[in-house]
Amino acid sequence: MAPSGERILEVRDLVKHFPLTQGIVLKRQIGAIKAVDGVSFDLHRGETLGVVGESGCGKSTLAKLLMALERPTSGGVTINGQDMTKARGAELKRMRRNIQMVMQDPYTSLNPRMTVGDIIGEPFEIHTDVAPKGDRRRKVQELLEVVGLNPEHINRYPHQFSGGQRQRIGIARGLALQPEIIICDEPVSALDVSIQAQVMNLLERLQEEFNLAYIFIAHDLSVVRHISDRVAVMYLGKIVELGKDEAIYERSAHPYTQALLSAVPVPDPEGRESRERIILQGDPPSPADPPSGCRFRTRCWKAQDICAEQEPLLEVRAGGHLSACHFAEAHDVIHA
Amino acid sequence: MSNPSIDTHPLEAEATTEPLLVVDNLHVEFTTRQGLVRAVNGVSYTVNAGESLAVLGESGSGKSVTAQAIMGILDMPPARIPKGEVRFRGTDMLKLSDQARSQIRGQRIAMIFQDALSALNPVFTVGWQISEMFRVHRGMSKRDGMRKAVELMDRVRIPAAKNRVNDYPHQFSGGMRQRIMIAMSIALDPEVLIADEPTTALDVTVQAQIMDLLAELQRESNMGLILITHDLGVVADVADKIAVMYAGRIVEHAPVHDLYKTPAHPYSKGLLDSIPRVDMKGQELYAIKGLPPNLLDMPSGCAFHPRCPYRRDNCVTDVPPLYEISGTRGSACHYYREVLDGTLG
Amino acid sequence: MSNDTLPSTAPVQPAKPVKESKPASLWSDAWYDLRRNPVFIIGGAMLVLLIAISAFPGLFDTVGVDAKTCSLAQARKGITSEHWFGTDNLGCDVYSRVIWGARVSIIVGFVSAIVTAIIGGALGLLGGFYGRWVDVLLSRIAEIFFAVPSILGALLILAVIGRDNAGIGTVVLALSLLAWPMILRIMRAAVITAKAQDYVVAARALGAGPGRIMIRHILPNAVAPVIVVSTINLGAFIAAEAALSFLGVGIQSPQISWGLMIADARNRFLEAPLPLLFPALFLSLTILSVVMLGDAVRDALDPKLR
Repeated sequence: MAPSGERILEVRDLVKHFPLTQGIVLKRQIGAIKAVDGVSFDLHRGETLGVVGESGCGKSTLAKLLMALERPTSGGVTINGQDMTKARGAELKRMRRNIQMVMQDPYTSLNPRMTVGDIIGEPFEIHTDVAPKGDRRRKVQELLEVVGLNPEHINRYPHQFSGGQRQRIGIARGLALQPEIIICDEPVSALDVSIQAQVMNLLERLQEEFNLAYIFIAHDLSVVRHISDRVAVMYLGKIVELGKDEAIYERSAHPYTQALLSAVPVPDPEGRESRERIILQGDPPSPADPPSGCRFRTRCWKAQDICAEQEPLLEVRAGGHLSACHFAEAHDVIHA
Repeated sequence: MSNPSIDTHPLEAEATTEPLLVVDNLHVEFTTRQGLVRAVNGVSYTVNAGESLAVLGESGSGKSVTAQAIMGILDMPPARIPKGEVRFRGTDMLKLSDQARSQIRGQRIAMIFQDALSALNPVFTVGWQISEMFRVHRGMSKRDGMRKAVELMDRVRIPAAKNRVNDYPHQFSGGMRQRIMIAMSIALDPEVLIADEPTTALDVTVQAQIMDLLAELQRESNMGLILITHDLGVVADVADKIAVMYAGRIVEHAPVHDLYKTPAHPYSKGLLDSIPRVDMKGQELYAIKGLPPNLLDMPSGCAFHPRCPYRRDNCVTDVPPLYEISGTRGSACHYYREVLDGTLG
Repeated sequence: MSNDTLPSTAPVQPAKPVKESKPASLWSDAWYDLRRNPVFIIGGAMLVLLIAISAFPGLFDTVGVDAKTCSLAQARKGITSEHWFGTDNLGCDVYSRVIWGARVSIIVGFVSAIVTAIIGGALGLLGGFYGRWVDVLLSRIAEIFFAVPSILGALLILAVIGRDNAGIGTVVLALSLLAWPMILRIMRAAVITAKAQDYVVAARALGAGPGRIMIRHILPNAVAPVIVVSTINLGAFIAAEAALSFLGVGIQSPQISWGLMIADARNRFLEAPLPLLFPALFLSLTILSVVMLGDAVRDALDPKLR
C-alpha cells in the first residue's frame, strides 16, 4: 500500500488548551490543560500514520480535533486544501464526509436502541444526497458484506453481536460515506486477543480496496508497527519523534521513544534476563503544568541544563528522521 | 519451607510434600436467566513457593473466576462450585468454615486487581487503609500500624512515603495506586499472591515498573505468584510456567519456554502466530477464525473445534482429555503430537 | 518465535462470563422481569380493570347515576339486591356512582402524568443537551416550582382560578404545574449521562444535527427513569385529585369523584358508613395497584434502586 504521495491532510501547529476555571458565577481562568500543544504533520493518500503515546499525551484530543469534534485553540487542519477548523454549518458537514472515525470501545460506540441497519444507514440519512432513499437498505447490506458480517442480520441490535462483530459494525458506519481518511482511535485494544488480528486484517484489506488513509492511534506498539507507514510518538501534547516505521523502531533517536520500546513486554521468553530495559522513573507530569524546555527532561537520564532552558525543536537529527531532543542519538533498542 | 508461616494458625495440618497451592478439578457454574453457565470446567493447576504461574486466557475463559474461587470471593449464588478442591498446604479451603477461610484470605493468600482505584476506599487515607491490615489481623496499635504502612510504602518504592502516607487514593497516579494495592496485599507476608491483570489499566512504561516490582517482591519473600493475564508479552517476561485457558478449561500447560517455542495446542499456537511480527509487515496477520464460544451454548466435543484449522471428525464428538506430553506439559488436543511436529494442517 | 516479534498489550475486560457473554437489551430484560413479577401481574390486572371501568362505565353500571334514578325515599339504605353498595344521602346508588367516579381518577391521574412527563421531559432534554444558560434558566425556574409544597400549592392555584372553573382541566393544570420540575431534573441528569456516550460522539462526527442527536440517540437512552417516576407519579396524582376534591377545590358536583363522594358522606358517616367506605376502598385499591405497578416497573428498569 504505497502512498501515492498526494497530500490529503495537513496539520499545522495545532494547539488545544482546555481552560481550568474557578468559581461558578464569575468564572476565572486559573490555568489551562495543554492537551495538544503545537502538533504538525501531513498525511498522504493511502498512507497510514501511527500515533503512539501513553495516556494523557494528547492523542485522543488530537483525534477529536481532526474530527472537528473540538475546536482548536489555534492552528489548522486542512483537508484537500480546505481548512476544516474554519468551516461551519453545511460546509463542515460536507467536509465530514471525507474524514470518519472508528472508536475504541465497541460496546459504547453503537446506540443500543438502534438496529444495525439504522446504525450503518444513519450516515445516508444525514447526508441524504449520497444515496437515494430506496437504495439505502441495499447499500447497508453491501457494507455489512464488505466488513464480513451477514447482510441478513440488518435488523438485529448491537447486543446480539460479540465485541469483534460490533467493531466491524462501527467500521462499516465509518465507511458508509466513502471517506478518504479514517481515524482509528485504539480500534483493537478493547477486543479479545484472538479477535484483534481479524480486525487488523480487515482494516488493511479495506485500506487497499478503497485507498484509504489511516491515522492509527494506539498504545500497542507492535500493532502500530504492523499497520503503519510512518509513526509519530507523542509525549505531553507534543510530537517528540516522527519518521518511517523502521526509523522509529530500529533507529529511534529520542530517549522517550527508546524507553517506550524497551518497556514493551516481548512475547518471547528467550533471553529475557539479558534484554535491554530502560525503566523510567515516576509518572508523566501533569499537562496543566508541563516542565520548561523539553517536557521529557524530568524523567530523562540524559537531561542537562540546556534541556530546562531551551525547547528542542522537532527537526531532522540522528537517525535521519525528525526528533525533538538536544541529545538525539540513534539506537536500536529492540534489536529487530 | 521458607515461607514466613505464622504460628498459632488454625491451619496446622500442613503436608510438606504437597505443593503450596493446588487447584484440583475445579468446576464453577453460574445460574443465569438464560441458563446454566459452566464458567470453569475442571481446572487443575499447582503453584509452588517462589514459582510464577501465568494463567492466560481471553475474556470468558474462566481465568478470573478460577482466581475468585480460590480467594472465596465469588458471589454464591449465582455461582456454585459443584466439584473440585482448592488445597492450600494440603487443606481443602472449599470445605473450611467462612471464619477459617477468612483467616487465610488476605493473610496467607492475597490478591491484587486490575482497577486499583475502585479497590481502594476513597474516603480513607492510604496509610490508614494499609495499617488497617495490621490493626485488624495483628492487633497492632494505630501508631505502630502507621509506621508499618510507611515501611511498606517504601518497600513498594513510593517516593517520599512518609509525606504521602496521609494522602487519599485520588491524589495518586494509576501506577502509584497499584503500588499501594500491592503494599496492602503483601502487608501480612502472604505465601501466595494472585495478580488479576495487574497492569492492564496502566501505561506501558508504568507497566514495566509494576511488573519489575512484583518480580522483585516475589524473589525477596519466595511467594507463589499466580498472574492472570491476556497478554502474551507479560507472560513471557515473568512466568515460569503457563496455563492457557479456553472456554473454562485448561487447554495447555507447560514451562513458559516450551510453550512459546513449541505450542502443543492449536489455540495457543494460533495466539502466538497472530502476534504482529516485523517480517510479516504488509502481509495479512494470521488470525484465529470465528468467535469465542458462547458459554451458554458450548460446542460439542472440543470447545475449540469450530475455530480449529486442524479439526478432524472426532474433535466434533469427543471431548479431549488433558493429555500428558511430559512430566511438566499437557495439552487438551487429540492431535497434540501433530501440532508439536507441525505435521498437521 | 524469533526475537523480532513485538508484543500485544491491549487491555481486555476481565472475565465476567455471565453478564458479558450475552447482554440483553434494557426493554426486553425489563419485560422479562415484569412478566414474571406477581406484583406487576396483580397491579396491572387491577389497573386494566379500572381503565375498562372508566372507559365503559355503562357496561358495569346497574342502576345509573342520573338524577332520575335517585330518590330521597331510598336515602341511606343498606346493601340490597338492587343497590349493591347501598345508597347515599340523596338516595343515589353508591355502586353506580363509584363506577362512574373511577373515570375522573383515571383521567386526572393519566393526563397529569403524561403532561408532566412531556413538559418536564422536553425541558429536561433541552437543558441537559444545550447546557450553559439554557440549563441554568430552566433549572432555576424549575426550582421555584419545586420549592412549593404540592397540595398547598395546588390548593392555592385552584383557589385563585376559582371554583367556577374547577373541573378535570383545572385539577390537571394545578397538579402538572407543580410536578413537572421533578421530571425535568431526572430527565436532565439522564440526558447529561447519555450525551457523553461514544455513540453520540460518533453521530456528531457523521454530521448529525442537534435535533437528530436528541431524538434518535439521547431520548431513547434517557427516557427509562422518566417512565419509572411517571408511573409512581400516577398514584400520587390520583390521591391528590381525591384530596383536592375532598377539600372542595377540585372536582365539583354534579360531576362524580371519589374524593367528592367521601366529602359528601362524611357528615352522616356514623349512621350510613357505606357511601364513604366504598369510594375510599376503591380509591385505596386504585392507588395500591398503581404503586405496585410503579414498584415493579422501577425494579425492572433500574435494578440498582432495589
